[in-house]
Amino acid sequence: MISFEVPAGVANVSKLVHGLAMGVMRKWARWADDHEHERCEEWVNTMWSLSKGGMMGSMTGGLSRKKKEDKPKEEGEKKKEVRYQNLIMAAAVEELSWGDAGLYLAMPFMGLGGAAVAAAGTEAQREKFLKRFTTADKPVWGAMAITEPGAGSDTAAISATAELDPKTKEWILNGEKIFVTQGKSSVEDSEGFVVAWASRDRKAGRAGIKSFVVEHHTPGMKVTKVEHKLGIRASDTASIVFEDCRVPYENVLGDPEVKEGFKGAMATFDATRPMVAASAIGIGRAALERCQELYEKNGGKLRYGINPNRLTSAERDLMMMESQVRVSRLLTWKAAWMADAGIHNNLEASVSKAKTGKAITWVTNKAVELLGPVGYSKQELLEKWLRDAKINDIFEGTGQINTLVVARRIFGLGSKELR
Amino acid sequence: MFSLELSEEQRMIQDTAKSFAAEQLRPRAHECDEKGALPEDLLASAWELGLVSAVVPEELGGGGMKRSAVTGAIMLEELAWGDLALALAMVAPALFAYPILTQGTDQQKKKYLPLLLESKPAPLTAAVIEPVINFDLSELTCQAKKKGAGYLLSGKKCLVPMGSTAQSFLVYAAVDGKPGYENVGGFIVERGQKGLKIGERERNMGLAALDTVGLELAEVEVGGDAVLAGGPSCDFGKLMSYSRVALGALAIGVARAAQEYALEYAKVRVAFGEPIAHRQAISFMIADDYMEIESGRLLTWEAAFLLDAGKDAFKEAYLAKLYTDQVVIKVTDDAVQTLGGHGYIREHPVELWLRNGRGFTTFDGLATV
Ligand SMILES: Cc1cc2nc3c(=O)[nH]c(=O)nc-3n(C[C@H](O)[C@H](O)[C@H](O)COP(=O)(O)OP(=O)(O)OC[C@H]3O[C@@H](n4cnc5c(N)ncnc54)[C@H](O)[C@@H]3O)c2cc1C
Repeated sequence: MISFEVPAGVANVSKLVHGLAMGVMRKWARWADDHEHERCEEWVNTMWSLSKGGMMGSMTGGLSRKKKEDKPKEEGEKKKEVRYQNLIMAAAVEELSWGDAGLYLAMPFMGLGGAAVAAAGTEAQREKFLKRFTTADKPVWGAMAITEPGAGSDTAAISATAELDPKTKEWILNGEKIFVTQGKSSVEDSEGFVVAWASRDRKAGRAGIKSFVVEHHTPGMKVTKVEHKLGIRASDTASIVFEDCRVPYENVLGDPEVKEGFKGAMATFDATRPMVAASAIGIGRAALERCQELYEKNGGKLRYGINPNRLTSAERDLMMMESQVRVSRLLTWKAAWMADAGIHNNLEASVSKAKTGKAITWVTNKAVELLGPVGYSKQELLEKWLRDAKINDIFEGTGQINTLVVARRIFGLGSKELR
Repeated sequence: MFSLELSEEQRMIQDTAKSFAAEQLRPRAHECDEKGALPEDLLASAWELGLVSAVVPEELGGGGMKRSAVTGAIMLEELAWGDLALALAMVAPALFAYPILTQGTDQQKKKYLPLLLESKPAPLTAAVIEPVINFDLSELTCQAKKKGAGYLLSGKKCLVPMGSTAQSFLVYAAVDGKPGYENVGGFIVERGQKGLKIGERERNMGLAALDTVGLELAEVEVGGDAVLAGGPSCDFGKLMSYSRVALGALAIGVARAAQEYALEYAKVRVAFGEPIAHRQAISFMIADDYMEIESGRLLTWEAAFLLDAGKDAFKEAYLAKLYTDQVVIKVTDDAVQTLGGHGYIREHPVELWLRNGRGFTTFDGLATV
């Protein structure tokens, strides 16, 4: 039955994380923005102790997606309880990003790299690579490296290579990765890892692309740059160069053979894109709430129910901002719920990401605009939220790329016809 | 708990409405629009589906189905996908009957609700909209002045659906001219009553097939027993929330019709050696429309769900309608654009959807669930 009731588990996590966001994140938000490339110790330590307590592990480990072998649901199975792992995660990410999106990305957790291992790894790989996120002594990060100077949206065009040394049975990685979120934290500052995409056979195109878990401090891997950014400055964004970097054979995720590996890798996005959307929603909600608060403090009143033509322009903007945040959440929850219910959500994941990235960019822009010099000033966080929000329309597939996914799906067209 | 899966019953109602829309409405929509009329047989067979009358309580001889705004929204989207004029004609009796069902006195229920069970559409409707610029539900110009045990109604109404043949009208007016939703009353006026003038069939940009009329009320006397909820005012805010959910669902139905049509067209129309769907300027526009439809539907369903859960949902329903109003305008316009010059020609339905879709910003109170 159609229901918009928030499951108790989701509400509990929201409440719990909200306390954290309010108590710790908001306190450090401006500082972190002003001190790019510095680590916010209180935040990292707080999160690390919670991770070790199992909280983040249970949240991030839960991301699920429909696996190929999952059969379509049968009638009899219908009654099976949905466990809402993805929904809980979306709620947590929203709250964390409401606190501060930069700090959220910078918290010690498995990140996209871990999500890839969770989604595509074998049981043994999960055991080997993911355990550290709840058991290590010191904070640990995980990262994912796909993007290269010459290939961003077009992930199939990456030029990094992985060669198999037949003697040692090791992979030899070569190439340059850029824009790796928490890349430095993962491979230089902690005992984490990065999942790097590289081609076994460039002639094979997509089918040749595999992902490899590269452990921290592996010889031949070097962080060459940490970027200065528009927003989410608390998070490090690194360039990583691989030069004859040797990786054990068993660190390849999924089938090592050259055949249809790409789809599997892309499927990780079905789980992670709604989470990027959830992050945007948290920022958008923060901006909306603050904007409404200041508007009302200033004597403004939102007259729901009157003829829309009689609303002031600001009222109408505020109402549309509210709707955009709400719509973004509904689309995101739909995508997350589908994953929870074992329904293929490739289309809905991209819908949530494309719509939300754009909607929240608009919401945070409006917030700055509506409050004039107050919105533009660094005394408020509104200008920061605009800068932070923008990334969600860029990484994990730009707005255009996710729209492209949606278009291909609804038209039933392939990547040859609709480029 | 959170789920977007339709229940068995919702799926059944959706299927019924869907096949009726596809088999009966869509093929005849063009002709109805050109002729400016909905054929009797179509109205009758729509009525026979029993989608409106199912909620009549058992003690009055009805099925006693629990009213659900979510289910209603699902049904209306499908019907509007077929044809908006017919969908509105079909729910016109509900505009009178549902407020009676939820807020009417026992006597009013007994008198009017059994009419829904007849084999022909019940000749009931409601008058909400007024022919003024900046028409506002919270500041109706139509007024009800106290006179004895009853009221004197004066003012003008327009866009009264199925008004040419309706016998009973539920007319909304500001009690003693006071502003605010809380001061709006519903008054039952019968055809032929002194002071009531039923206008000629209206001519509007869209909805050509739907019979709509204006009303002029000059001190029409309404007895105390003909006032909704016993009077003086009713819970007008709640009634309008149901209406907004209904209009949201209808708007999404029209938008979806247009988006689907444009999508299919874009796949086969070739320009510069390739289907136009292969161009992002076209496919992205339609993909955006798809996402906006999905957005509007979820907003509408959420508001409907809150209503079903007994919540106020005034704000949610208002915001949902504000949103879907814009969705239907954008999507129907995009559909005409996708078809190019062909979209401008009345042989294709997209121009009709544009004309119908354009009306939603005006259609306050024109439907309910
Ligand atoms: C802060 C930050 C963190 C990041 N974190 C990571 C990370 O952890 N791991 C990782 O691998 N990458 C990461 N990225 C990289 C990010 O995913 C890419 O920047 C993004 O995918 C876009 O690639 P690009 O920058 O090369 O842009 P390009 O691919 O060059 O695109 C430029 C423009 O062209 C548009 N465009 C491209 N192709 C098409 C098309 N077919 N149709 C229509 N429009 C098109 C794009 O939408 C964009 O507007 C990060 C980036 C940033 C800024």
